[in-house]
Amino acid sequence: MPNIVVLVKQVPDTNAKIVVNGGRVDLSSVKMVMSPYDEFAVETALKHKEAAGGEVTALTVGGNGAEKILKDAKAIGVDHIVRVDAEGEMDSNALQSVLANAVAELGGEVVYCGKSAADTGAGSTGPGLAERMGWTSVSNIIGASFDGGVSVVMPSGGGNAKVSVPLPAVISCDKGDLKVRKPNVKGIMQAKRASVDVRSIEVPASTVSVVNHALPPAKPAGKSYEGGAAAAEVAQLLRDEANVL
Amino acid sequence: MTQTIVIAEMNSNAVHPSTAELVSAAITLGAEPTLVVPCTDAGQASGAANMGAANIIAAKSDAFAHYDASAWATALDAVVPQGTIVTGASPQSKDMAARLAARRGISVVQDAVAIDGDQITSPVYSGKAMQTVAIGGPAVVSVRSNVFSPAQGGASDVAVLDTTGDVATSVQEFMARASERLDVSEANIIISGGRGMGSPDNFSELEAIADTIGAAVGASRAAVDTWDAIPHSMQVGQTGKTVNPNLYIAVGISGAIQHLAGMRSSKYIVAINKDADAPIFQHADYGIVATWEDALPVLHSSLKGIMG
Repeated sequence: MPNIVVLVKQVPDTNAKIVVNGGRVDLSSVKMVMSPYDEFAVETALKHKEAAGGEVTALTVGGNGAEKILKDAKAIGVDHIVRVDAEGEMDSNALQSVLANAVAELGGEVVYCGKSAADTGAGSTGPGLAERMGWTSVSNIIGASFDGGVSVVMPSGGGNAKVSVPLPAVISCDKGDLKVRKPNVKGIMQAKRASVDVRSIEVPASTVSVVNHALPPAKPAGKSYEGGAAAAEVAQLLRDEANVL
Repeated sequence: MTQTIVIAEMNSNAVHPSTAELVSAAITLGAEPTLVVPCTDAGQASGAANMGAANIIAAKSDAFAHYDASAWATALDAVVPQGTIVTGASPQSKDMAARLAARRGISVVQDAVAIDGDQITSPVYSGKAMQTVAIGGPAVVSVRSNVFSPAQGGASDVAVLDTTGDVATSVQEFMARASERLDVSEANIIISGGRGMGSPDNFSELEAIADTIGAAVGASRAAVDTWDAIPHSMQVGQTGKTVNPNLYIAVGISGAIQHLAGMRSSKYIVAINKDADAPIFQHADYGIVATWEDALPVLHSSLKGIMG
């Protein structure tokens, strides 16, 4: 029965307005939530457990504030919640090193994560962690089945491919057609009482450092028209002015 | 000067033209980029000629027949020189970039849209902010397409190096896409519909225009969530695909922050919406306040005339 780990990350609500102060993004008044793709990872991890048994541990790296998303994961059915106590900027190398040590400590045999986090959008963690563990990885999966081993559906060439994945593996999840389960009252009560297993793991130095954040350059006002007939002029401008046809 | 290496972007066993943009980005980071072409047959590397690289290596292995992250990282690591590595920023290339970086114990910076010395700028928070980082040594950098101008000239001779990687995953079956149409993640022109289209049947109007101009058809999350006939694979936005085409035509899409996150970096944006206050108009180069019923027939016949 597999020991399943799911990585979750706290990010600003995707509808939040992002403010920059003094060259750094200021998140002090932003609501923090579980990164949307991580919700698909939690759902897939729970489906794996339902099919194959075992236990699911949700793992995050962060300060105290990051425990809310662990409770959210607990409320929908993960068995254990673990936080590696570390704050501040980490480059991909430092973060993956911390996660690799944590997954090894937990004895994980399969790791699920979102295809990317909604803040960085990088998508480096899943494949990078797998490489460090010497494991297989598949990314951007849009479906998974657990009928005698793990099979996933992922984009390939011009279509999709059904791929069997030998464990141990890191599987990073896109949305697909998955419906994410909602917590019930019992789950919420259990999550309230649950205690977070806090671990301390050494963070290696980062070689990539943030210089600054800035808002994207404002786009100059475009041309505006009233009425459908203007589409003829716009079509001509796409050829003559924008040069994109 | 840092040694730089470009991993060619491949499409159907051929070097994708956007590879010349990656060479251009690598020249900004250091000098004399080496272009490495992952291939199963050295002939597939011929397209790498005159893309501005100082030399070209065909990395030849059966492992490159289809994408397996572990096998690709192993096979590339064996033949790619030490230094800073530049890759494309397609989902597969970003995945490979992360794996290759981890294999070498160096860091990865994804989705670069600007490079200045050792400083690299990428969009974060779905494009709501830009982040500039400094790389303090060799790194792997994935670069968005349609940002750097393609490099030209340089090497045309190809050195062939055999390499190997163990493929762990196995493909049980390939499933062709339901439609022959281009995927939004591959298209240079995209026409997308939102809930303002009224019904999924009306997407046929968008498809007709797409066929005229060689576009892919996309959709907003609202459309995908509302109508089962519009699959998630068409969704552009934060929980769908991030696209960067030359032209993005948004029809009946209000421009929720969720949608903007996936398409705001498009080079030109056309918006057609009956609501003059729709947020999409603030991001449009050409905004038409009209119903799609009024605008699309005119647009289609004009485009037919222009495309000849």
